[in-house]
Amino acid sequence: MEKIGKQTIKFTNLPTIVDTASIVGPKEAEGPLAKYFDKCLEDEFWGEKSWEKAESKILKETVYSVIKKSTLPISSIDYCFAGDLLNQCISSSFGLRDSNIPFIGIFGACSTFVEGLGLGSIFIDGNAANNVICAASSHFCSAEKQFRFPLELGNQRPQSSQWTVTGAGAAILSSSGTGPFITHFTPGRIIDMGIKDANNMGAAMAPAALDTLITHLTDTGRKPSYYDAIITGDLGHVGKEILIELAKTKGYNIKSNYNDCGVLIFDKNKQDTHAGGSGCACCGTVFSGYLFNMLQSKKYKKILLIATGALMNSTSTQQGESIPGIAHAVSIEI
Amino acid sequence: MSNIDWSTVFEWSTLLKCFIVGGLICVIGQILIDKTKLTSARILVTFVTAGVILGGLGIYKYLVDFAGAGATVPLTGFGYNLAKGAIEGVKTSGFLGAFTGGIKNAAGGIAAAIFFGYIASLIAKPKMKKQ
Repeated sequence: MEKIGKQTIKFTNLPTIVDTASIVGPKEAEGPLAKYFDKCLEDEFWGEKSWEKAESKILKETVYSVIKKSTLPISSIDYCFAGDLLNQCISSSFGLRDSNIPFIGIFGACSTFVEGLGLGSIFIDGNAANNVICAASSHFCSAEKQFRFPLELGNQRPQSSQWTVTGAGAAILSSSGTGPFITHFTPGRIIDMGIKDANNMGAAMAPAALDTLITHLTDTGRKPSYYDAIITGDLGHVGKEILIELAKTKGYNIKSNYNDCGVLIFDKNKQDTHAGGSGCACCGTVFSGYLFNMLQSKKYKKILLIATGALMNSTSTQQGESIPGIAHAVSIEI
Repeated sequence: MSNIDWSTVFEWSTLLKCFIVGGLICVIGQILIDKTKLTSARILVTFVTAGVILGGLGIYKYLVDFAGAGATVPLTGFGYNLAKGAIEGVKTSGFLGAFTGGIKNAAGGIAAAIFFGYIASLIAKPKMKKQ
């Protein structure tokens, strides 16, 4: 692998995405992508006593499910890169504590899934691993409790707020295989435009997505039209429109082949999720379910997946800090 | 049973006043949620504080006389209760009453909220929002 341009890594021994798995909650199961997910839960607790326990179980079962689908023995998995939104990433560490897979916990807020794909690819291209798992989870109820208000309070959600996706996505990357391949990884810069509204994450993260998109295109010498689809992680309806406008002012027209996982996962008219989906699982499940299916069926041959993250916590919000955004991109081709 | 004259069971004009005033207070809250970036917690504190100020200035009393529970049940009514208690406290116990009177006056509401909240937590389980 080599670094090209300002901040893009170009892989030479291309890591293959062997298989993916996804489990989603009841709300996502009512959405337009339901048929692409491996499992749809009927109950947000999934038989557990707390939402945190449920989220751990979702992550764990998604990881075991992707191992089973890939037919690889669990002992052949060298490392697992996983993360989530709960304090100190407990969904991932508690979920995988009995797995015996060497664990590398990562945090990139909602960009975690792509951060994992990028880091896993570096491990594989650098011969540090043959098979790695990249996983990420989020849960609407545990996220609301941590970042906004306890659900017991029953307060109303403003129209600009997004709906944290309940679920987990996981992918196995391997040094050998027939694709889809991860060809490039563009880690993002932290971009803070001074937005302070925790109920308007799309607007806070769109400038970061723009920065990573333009940097990736400049570094690789590609045009937006090179890709069949450019997909951001969880900008939602508000952030998606902002990104299209911002890209236009920089001379890039992305309207025709651009979409957002947070827009795709819910039906805006029927589901009343306000500004669309968000959370680590938004990008994780939409990629592992829908987008991977599109790549396998060759409906998409080249995609640029840009996962976006809001790097705040509940204390920083209470202290009136603004929300720094980040976006990581991987280019996936068959 | 069929002989009940419903027009005399309730004081309908009082109920109407109560409904309109209580509703209008809630409309202000809804406008603040939809049109400003204030979180629900800040709106809550604003309402209580507004009740204290209006109560202290003696204005809120007229609203309570006019609309009864329509003015005392919303959060502003809690603030009014605190102010009223503090004023009465000063009259009966002097300076210290300014600190003890408010909570004393609102004690019933506070204790009931804790008690019924606890009971609810024992018998109910939180669920995901529908929207």
